[in-house]
Amino acid sequence: MAVITLTSENFEKEVLQSAEPVLVDFWASWCGPCRMLSPIVDQVAEESTGGFKVGKVNVDDEGDLAEKYGIMNIPCLIVFKNGEVANKSVGMIAKPKVEELVKSVL
Amino acid sequence: MYDIIIIGAGTAGLSAAIYGLRAGKKVLVLEQLSYGGQIINTPEIENYPGIKNISGFDFATGLYEQATALGAEVKYEQVTGIADGAEKQVTTTEATYSCKAIIIATGAKNRPLGLDREAELVGGGVSYCATCDGAFYKKRPVAVNGGGNTALEDALFLSNYCSKVYLIHRRDEFRGEVKQVEQLKAKENVEFVLNATVTALLGEDQVEGIEVTDKITGEKRTLQVDGLFIAIGQMPENAVFAPLIQLDSAGYVVAGEDCKTNVEGIYAAGDCRTKTVRQLTTAAADGAVAALAACAYIG
Repeated sequence: MAVITLTSENFEKEVLQSAEPVLVDFWASWCGPCRMLSPIVDQVAEESTGGFKVGKVNVDDEGDLAEKYGIMNIPCLIVFKNGEVANKSVGMIAKPKVEELVKSVL
Repeated sequence: MYDIIIIGAGTAGLSAAIYGLRAGKKVLVLEQLSYGGQIINTPEIENYPGIKNISGFDFATGLYEQATALGAEVKYEQVTGIADGAEKQVTTTEATYSCKAIIIATGAKNRPLGLDREAELVGGGVSYCATCDGAFYKKRPVAVNGGGNTALEDALFLSNYCSKVYLIHRRDEFRGEVKQVEQLKAKENVEFVLNATVTALLGEDQVEGIEVTDKITGEKRTLQVDGLFIAIGQMPENAVFAPLIQLDSAGYVVAGEDCKTNVEGIYAAGDCRTKTVRQLTTAAADGAVAALAACAYIG
């Protein structure tokens, strides 16, 4: 499954109105732990057999989105379900934890 | 059966892997989170000999690629115990592996203050990484707690973004560099709160302030801040190795510059062992020392 690059333009359609839960990775290029977590999120997307989507928000490009969701620490993973925040995790976490974050709301 | 199992894929562990592999040994590296260790939080490394400037992420990735290209096997599993014997064994949440020598390179992690709701508020105003999270506090008041170089660096970094930076330290002198203290004193938006400790986090889902207690008078005051950056040092995570491996009262593996622990064939490298200087260079150096000692032990 491809990872969606999320922007303020497509966030409403891809995330908030999505029929499936969406795992969103808030990140920045200057944040080391974000760059460590990013390939793990990619792997989770690649290995997924469906049931959820995966997207990324670059907080430098999309400051409004970061602010709207009260992002104060990155990397920050948020799982949206039915347009609402269903799960959240801050900081670098191992792959099983990322999977658990999504699966627990499916 | 591996020759050497290295626990931890930070600078010490990966350096040990490189030396072990180049000596022709079969090496397994076990890591619970991600390769790189603490250095991935550092935006710019400027004190590693021979490299003028590199990001922590690029440094860690270079080390990782160097080790894996030489044939290091890296598994992301959490170690739950080790055992000595004719063959040494390392048990993880997934499996048990046998080897001839073990190198403990578990590093250290950020020490929490131990405040009520501290873990809960990470993501809501509590942070251990000013360079990661500082930008989210533009034009807002924040506090930094600590007295070492990291705390001073954090305060300086934040003073460029934030409306106000309180630097809280439990003593009236800093362990960090004098030059940085002078730079901070010259900043109009930095206020020193000395001989004081943070005693409570205020606010529901977000930090709205902190309670600070003066250590001498016992007087409490509230600082209106949106963020608290905690930089009070590191702590090791070696509990799974006790009682086989001797630890000091702070939990560091007791080992000298030769990286030898109390058990033959088991070594400790980097920040996880007892030492006075914990730097990137000393972690790399320990990796080499421990790996070559392990090679000599294996024969």
